[in-house]
Amino acid sequence: MSGFAKPLKIALGLAVIAGLIIVPMNFNRYGLFILSQWAVMSIAAMGLNLTLGYAGQVSLAQGAFVGIGAYAAAIMTTHGWPLPAAIVVAIMLSFAVGWVLGYPALRVQHHYLAFVTLAFSTLAFLVFRNESWLTGGIYGISNIPRPHFFGIATNKPLPFYYVCLGSLAIVSLAVWWLIRSPWGRAFMALRENPLRAQSLGVDTRRYTLMAFAIGSALGGVAGALYAPLTQYIDPVPFNLSLSLDLLMMVIVGGAGFYFGPFLGAMIAVLLPEWLRFTEGYYLMIYAVAVMGLLIWSPTGILGILDRYLAERRTKAASALRAVAKSRLETAQ
Amino acid sequence: MSNLFDLLVAGLATGAIYALVAVGFTLLWQTSQTINFAQGEFVMLPAFLMLAAMHAGAPFWLAIILGILLSMILLGLAFKLLLVDPMMRHGVLPLAIATMALAIGIKESVKQFFSAEASPFPSIVPTGDISILGHAVSLQSIGVLVVAIVAVFGLTALLNRTSLGHQMQAAAQNPTVARIIGVPVERMILLTFLINAFLVALASLLITPIYLAKFSSGEVLGQAAFIAAIVGGFNQVRGAIAGGLLIGVLDNLAAAYVSTQYRAAVPMIFLIAVILFRPQGLMGRAEERTV
Repeated sequence: MSGFAKPLKIALGLAVIAGLIIVPMNFNRYGLFILSQWAVMSIAAMGLNLTLGYAGQVSLAQGAFVGIGAYAAAIMTTHGWPLPAAIVVAIMLSFAVGWVLGYPALRVQHHYLAFVTLAFSTLAFLVFRNESWLTGGIYGISNIPRPHFFGIATNKPLPFYYVCLGSLAIVSLAVWWLIRSPWGRAFMALRENPLRAQSLGVDTRRYTLMAFAIGSALGGVAGALYAPLTQYIDPVPFNLSLSLDLLMMVIVGGAGFYFGPFLGAMIAVLLPEWLRFTEGYYLMIYAVAVMGLLIWSPTGILGILDRYLAERRTKAASALRAVAKSRLETAQ
Repeated sequence: MSNLFDLLVAGLATGAIYALVAVGFTLLWQTSQTINFAQGEFVMLPAFLMLAAMHAGAPFWLAIILGILLSMILLGLAFKLLLVDPMMRHGVLPLAIATMALAIGIKESVKQFFSAEASPFPSIVPTGDISILGHAVSLQSIGVLVVAIVAVFGLTALLNRTSLGHQMQAAAQNPTVARIIGVPVERMILLTFLINAFLVALASLLITPIYLAKFSSGEVLGQAAFIAAIVGGFNQVRGAIAGGLLIGVLDNLAAAYVSTQYRAAVPMIFLIAVILFRPQGLMGRAEERTV
């Protein structure tokens, strides 16, 4: 079974990647913008999936980190710095702030942590809006340049889509490696049972802070791509509802599943576009769909798949057992 | 000094409304571990139900009664049966997310079926000022404060003085034991949902004349009520009341003395400080830690 499933999985993966590269080539401007947005939001949701899905720490501040990254990139690139340098600064900045935000997580859990991070989200929004000497206040920052790579300008939508897609690929590989490393296992131990993790010698303090810091850093990366993508930022997109949206993406896709954020971001970014024919009703349909999904499967879309596969495996195992039993009986 | 007095009265009036909303929030948490992220939208909706009834030709008093009844059916009964009950066994977080989706749903429905514009809403209290200790105080503030205080005292009397209230508290504190001694726990939980729906409808009636009926007004209110509930103590009705009044006053004082730009930051910083140094809230009991 698994000998057949693995090449199938690889082939499927390659087909999706090839599709993501080739199909958009004849998309229009708007289609490319939406796809780029999906890539950016997937990165942010992946960060939150590390914090929430793997390490079990509820955060309602991921949107604020996207904002921090976006402002860092916007301010630096409009002052002549190259985008890669801005991304590095965005990562370091959101990593440091995320680390500090992790400290409340050492003291409080669950809903209390949700509200601390919610408060942080609101504070960050107020800073974006009010510190106009730095952020442009409500007028925001416009004319954010898109980068040149090796002499190739990415001003056009297609090249910049490839920048976003490439960044998503790099982040995906890094996260893939991270969750398979001892770190990832320590995160999961933290999620399943913090006290037991501690008794097994996991430094829960350090890993809690790390889970927040790394998750936030990925939010910063997403923000640093978001700024040149839209080429104009103001505080509004980074208010609390972005954090709530990202949280929903992670839960709807499947928290703690590697592919959850990709699916969640796809639903949150693309579904409204597909439902555009319903005009003003799409957010209502979206809300009802999310509630229905969560009632049906609280572990998200991948949770359904997971359950289905587990069921099949149990059935296959019991079929094997039945065969073995009948063989034993005939032998006797 | 006169300024401070006016700020205190206005702060207590908004705080009393926050307290109403926060009390319902803590009741739901105590009886069914429900964190209702749509609580702000629950306050926004009844005003629109009342407006819809008035548009259909009902007089104001009838619209109020209809609005309260409808919100008890929709936000109490239907909310519990259709969303909370099926999700209860999945734990706190999926239910919290589902209520976020519900908040989006309510907001968008009102925007789509009613109006994206703010609508005026008649006041149950006459407008105008009266003089107290030489200060002009708006009748609206006084009215809001009085109605909210009566509602909250009524509720605490119900909880602490009547056998029904004792049964509700027993059901909240220890459902298993309550069931053994014969408390109909399920009915008590339903009752808290109905009480919450009544409280948000009342808050809606009190606050909408001041801030207009707008589909997005739930966000600010919901946040204020969460902060009030946590600051006061998540598991205490009296904590939610104290938290509500405190946040209302703090908010008004911050607007006057700190800066209008960072007005919203003051309650937030206060919230963070309380959570970090006294996570059970100013008046709350510490909950035992589950392993």
